[in-house]
Amino acid sequence: MKAKLILEKGTTFQGNAFGYLKDSIGEVVFNTGMTGYQEALTDPSYYGQIVTMTYPLIGNCGINLEDMESKSPKVKGIIVREKCSLSSNFRSELEIEDYLKQNKIIGLEGIDTRALTKILRNNGTMKGIITLEDVSYEEVKNKIEAFSNREAIQRVTTKEKYVIEGSGKHVAIMDFGMKQSIIRSFLNRKCKVTVFPASTNAEEVLNANPDLVFLSSGPGNPEDLTDIIENIKKIVGKKPIVGICLGHQLLALSLGGKTAKLKFGHRGCNHPVKDLEANKVYITSQNHGYHVNMMPENMKVTHINLNDGTIEGMKHNSLPIFSVQFHPEACPGPRDSDYIFDKFMEYAL
Amino acid sequence: MPLSEDIKKVLVIGSGPIVIGQAAEFDYSGTQACEALKEEGVEVVLINSNPATIMTDKEIANKIYLEPLTVEFVEKVIAKERPDSLLAGMGGQTGLNLAVELYDKGILEKYNVKVIGTSIESIKEGEDRELFRNMMNRINQPVIQSEIITDMESGKTFASKIGYPVIVRPAYTLGGTGGGIANNEEELEQILALGFQLSTIGQVLLEKSVKGWKEIEYEVIRDSFGNCIVVCNMENIDPVGIHTGDSIVVAPSQTLSDKEYQMLRSASIDIINAIGIEGGCNVQFALDPHSFEYAVIEINPRVSRSSALASKATGYPIAKVAAKIALGYGLDEIKNAITQRTYACFEPSLDYVVIKIPKWPFDKFQGADRALGTKMMATGEVMSIGSNFEAALLKGIRSLEIGKYSLEHKKFRELSMKELKEKVITPDDERIFALAEMLRRDYKINKVAEITEVDKFFIEKFKSIVEEEQRLRFSRIGDLDKEWLYKLKKKGFSDKGIADMLRVSPEDVYKLRIIWGIIPVYKMVDTCGGEFEALSPYYYSTYETEDEVEVSDKKKVIVIGSGPIRIGQGIEFDYASVHCIIALKKLGIETIIINNNPETVSTDFNISDKLYFEPLTEEDVLNIIEKEKPNGVILQFGGQTAIKLAEFLKEKNIPTLGTTADQIDIAEDREKFDELLEKLKISRPKGKGIWSVEEGLEEAKRLGFPVLVRPSYVIGGQGMEITHDEKELIYYLSNAFQKDKKNPILIDKYLMGREIEVDAISDGEDVLIPGIMEHLERAGVHSGDSITIYPSQNICPNIKEKILEFTKKIALGIGIKGMINIQFIEFKGELYVIEVNPRASRTVPYISKVSNVPIVDIATKVMLGEKLRDLGYGVDIYKEPELVSVKVPVFSTQKLPRVEVSLGPEMKSTGEVLGVGKTIYEALYKGFVAANMFISKTESTILATINDHDKEEFLPIAKELYNLGFKFVATSKTARLLRNAGIEVKEVRKLNEEHPNIIDVIKNGEVDLVVNTPTKGNDSKRDGFHIRRAAIERNIGVITALDTLKAMENVKIKGIDHEELDVFDLAN
Repeated sequence: MKAKLILEKGTTFQGNAFGYLKDSIGEVVFNTGMTGYQEALTDPSYYGQIVTMTYPLIGNCGINLEDMESKSPKVKGIIVREKCSLSSNFRSELEIEDYLKQNKIIGLEGIDTRALTKILRNNGTMKGIITLEDVSYEEVKNKIEAFSNREAIQRVTTKEKYVIEGSGKHVAIMDFGMKQSIIRSFLNRKCKVTVFPASTNAEEVLNANPDLVFLSSGPGNPEDLTDIIENIKKIVGKKPIVGICLGHQLLALSLGGKTAKLKFGHRGCNHPVKDLEANKVYITSQNHGYHVNMMPENMKVTHINLNDGTIEGMKHNSLPIFSVQFHPEACPGPRDSDYIFDKFMEYAL
Repeated sequence: MPLSEDIKKVLVIGSGPIVIGQAAEFDYSGTQACEALKEEGVEVVLINSNPATIMTDKEIANKIYLEPLTVEFVEKVIAKERPDSLLAGMGGQTGLNLAVELYDKGILEKYNVKVIGTSIESIKEGEDRELFRNMMNRINQPVIQSEIITDMESGKTFASKIGYPVIVRPAYTLGGTGGGIANNEEELEQILALGFQLSTIGQVLLEKSVKGWKEIEYEVIRDSFGNCIVVCNMENIDPVGIHTGDSIVVAPSQTLSDKEYQMLRSASIDIINAIGIEGGCNVQFALDPHSFEYAVIEINPRVSRSSALASKATGYPIAKVAAKIALGYGLDEIKNAITQRTYACFEPSLDYVVIKIPKWPFDKFQGADRALGTKMMATGEVMSIGSNFEAALLKGIRSLEIGKYSLEHKKFRELSMKELKEKVITPDDERIFALAEMLRRDYKINKVAEITEVDKFFIEKFKSIVEEEQRLRFSRIGDLDKEWLYKLKKKGFSDKGIADMLRVSPEDVYKLRIIWGIIPVYKMVDTCGGEFEALSPYYYSTYETEDEVEVSDKKKVIVIGSGPIRIGQGIEFDYASVHCIIALKKLGIETIIINNNPETVSTDFNISDKLYFEPLTEEDVLNIIEKEKPNGVILQFGGQTAIKLAEFLKEKNIPTLGTTADQIDIAEDREKFDELLEKLKISRPKGKGIWSVEEGLEEAKRLGFPVLVRPSYVIGGQGMEITHDEKELIYYLSNAFQKDKKNPILIDKYLMGREIEVDAISDGEDVLIPGIMEHLERAGVHSGDSITIYPSQNICPNIKEKILEFTKKIALGIGIKGMINIQFIEFKGELYVIEVNPRASRTVPYISKVSNVPIVDIATKVMLGEKLRDLGYGVDIYKEPELVSVKVPVFSTQKLPRVEVSLGPEMKSTGEVLGVGKTIYEALYKGFVAANMFISKTESTILATINDHDKEEFLPIAKELYNLGFKFVATSKTARLLRNAGIEVKEVRKLNEEHPNIIDVIKNGEVDLVVNTPTKGNDSKRDGFHIRRAAIERNIGVITALDTLKAMENVKIKGIDHEELDVFDLAN
């Protein structure tokens, strides 16, 4: 079925819809990973976003039930050059289009994704709509502009606290839209984890008496999350804190640093990050639109992005606080920085 | 860390002559490495025996030694130049082995040369089977279990340990026969018994079978600080069991989920960390398609064919980065050449699909065994880039120049389904077409995937192409609408492919495209999927919305490249194309190259102002021309691939620079050419067309034997033979007419004279002959296969005068502007012309280097209108140098089962080496040594089987050799001849007699050289054929032309030895 993508400045791409055939609005971003479309679809950090895959053939391996990063796809839509309807992989259980249909998510295929990527690169990420109707930009302009992703975290965090037992350290996870691979990485280290909803207050977390508090990744602008920032402030100094991605940004804000939006974000599996302490470069998995642009006092930069010099990791000069912007849990992407979880564990009481 | 202070002068070892398995990719990586070193102010000393390479140009390295790649000669270069460092990993396996040998023999230590880049210890760890296996066990990386077995019992024990099925590979079998897969003990007993018998050393390798697993490769780089990146991964469409060099390969992998991709990526990095690679490395895996189980097949701790492919597929210059790492830089200190803003320390992200298809030499070797297996047979490859798999595949297919523009191959239409099934189960070079034919007849996709072990994903893609083809076949051109045609173009269908199916002309489809505005756009290869702004002028076509090419209004020229490396059209043409570009750039002209060969220097995006990585077909080239609107197109340097386009470009009114299409036609059209020579009063052996055996015999009687016969419709030497008597002629003619009744056979008097060759430049008024080359073998051996001497040693001044006169007459008569190559025969004091090529030839690079005349540069300027007289190299024959150079051909026939070895009018060599010396004998010695055909032992044994025509000539040579200490082995007739002449000889039984016979003598290594003058080539039923094959497969030299033997004898008589020889720097 014919469909088009209309961006907030009016640029339009004509293609064909697949999956669930209903209009959808979101923030249009691009991801340069050549593998891992399933992980990206189900990563809650993409909540509210329409993801463009720069690799042209998507769906070749189908969808399996093992590689889910959350229970369902979280994107608002997916844009591909060509979707594969006849997947081939020993674990393939569903075709991507059927999976999207079942989960009420629209896909758009057959557009010049490279041209779209370059528009997003040059103008920054933009809101947009995938629509089945033959409408003009003027007709959808207001709809697009009205889109807001402020409530994102409430949609993706766990509704209830839950515990997974383990023989090792106890990690309290603040779930802002966490990927399952993060839990897996802690469980691989024999941790007991308690996962808290994003709105849990500090006292409740501290009452659980964890050895380590972990601030998870998740969608949206960290500056919008004032309550959470206040909560984190209350934990600082009382328990060791580590974090990834959004958790890292929230930590910076809690400690007096600043965050800003990147022009078009970092989304992919090939970002070089230098560990300044080890003087070594790791290829990392990334998925973020915001970054820490001003360091809090008493914190020092531990990792930087080699491409654009942005801050990728920081630690406190005296307190047990450490966080990274990239995704050491991989899935999708390289597992080279798995050592970060070992570092996290060193911070545990 | 910046450049290491103590690296000032680096020795780089090249890979030597082009052979199957080691081709132009090492010129590309070597050139890139040398440039990277020079960029850092390091002095580069280069040694390579291959004169056809760009790396051996004085623009590339500071000191250039075209010397044999042996320890002795490399040591001489080291002693003379005293480099402080050696960069080992750029010259393929040859360079790597040589570095290890230099190290083991203490030569590096003696001269205080340190190895930079991956260390010798690490190289050994990666290359030595045992060391590598131990290392893999230590780091828990699974390897394919295997063991060398010499008796049945231990074979059975090992097989039951690793589990069936097992692969049996006999060592050194003749013709690669005797191996197989055993599914149980009973089968193993059978195959092993045969294997032990067939193996010349009674040795068999038993290996756990992973046949049918996916073959996946990773190209990885590591710096000395331990930073690792993966440049590219690649998936072989053909499963494990077919050499990756013979597989169709796609990048990136298509059927791996992130889990498998990362699992193998992590394994690659663990491996290169453990080995301690400092530079590039290729890691090959076998991956079970039904689980996460995998095994490491092997690693190559150096740049490779795959790394060249990965570089071209991603835009990431692996060799350049590897060279910088060797100098001490970290990956995070080297700039990304494409973005200029990011660093080399990242992993490329592709937003297109890349396919590589091998180019096999079977069109040249009709009788060859085409079955693909674990030994590589392809001479070259094409690469194609598309927005989708189908487009990349179809572009690749039409880049092969095999006359295919779709997946349809007429010859398979005749086969039954059962025959087709046989075809795809035992894969050969045409499997994809057989497979397509099965799909066309609705054979089940799942079943095709099962029997071929090609992933269903790819089969589905083939099927979708076939379905479109079928739909076209049942349509008329009127049924095409804009939407359908656009869809077809998007999927990579060519105008010709569509037209063939619709039974119209490509022009008809083209016209519709223009009416509907369906024209391609060009996208950039930028390493980063569009994430960053890129500066790389590297493009591919696709049918999408946005075009990324900025067309300038500068004066510009398009140079057409030469496509894949094949026999007869090798790296020499890439050399010429690149030099043409360099010359144009110097003149301030914008340069654009179109080519499809990933191995070459010309497709390095640094070379030209713009690189279009596209098929070299009429349509693909025209699309670019219509977009760029160049001032001219240059065809003269791209071999026949480019020349073929002349007529089409003329029809389209596109200006070609230099010689025009009509003029090319004069040289290529037999009748027109005869007319011209007639007019110029230049003689040539007159061919007469005959239509029957009887007519042939009559003509032969008139001409007198020997006569040269060849099919009339082929250019070059294909199918050409010399027949010495009626019997041979009848045999040839009846065979030829049986194959093809519609075309005549041309019959010529065979002039057994001296063959002479010139490459000349003409500006329409004057000519410049940089050098006159003399062939060592008399006429009858293809010019590409004969030993060539420059300056000529035996041509008298008046013949030289005549050569100049003829060259001038022909060049001016045709109206050549640019290059011309002419081959002559001097016979009984008369000069005859036998062939004219209106383009650059194979010998241009070598003559440029030894004459010091920049031939391509001058020819390019002439094509742009400059006059020879103004270019500083004068006119007529250029002065001869003091050093003598000898070009010796190198063959890969050993790697091609059932291919004829003996020299003849059909070209067989894949590469060449150069010997440079103060005398002809010194040069010959070096040439023979470099080509690895010199018999250095003093008491060597020669097995001689000489045909009747040659016996008289053979005797004096044999006598001399006998006096020098050689021993002889021969079958009855030749033995009698030798004995009668007082030469001691051991007589052996003939091939069809009881054992031990002549083949056993060869198999047992009792002889060092086989001298066999064939009665008739291309007949695999004859004894001589088997003798030659047996020798070549046992690595024993074979000489089939007495001229070659005589030359070797002369070198022996002169007592030349490497000890007293000098090495020469040709750059200064």
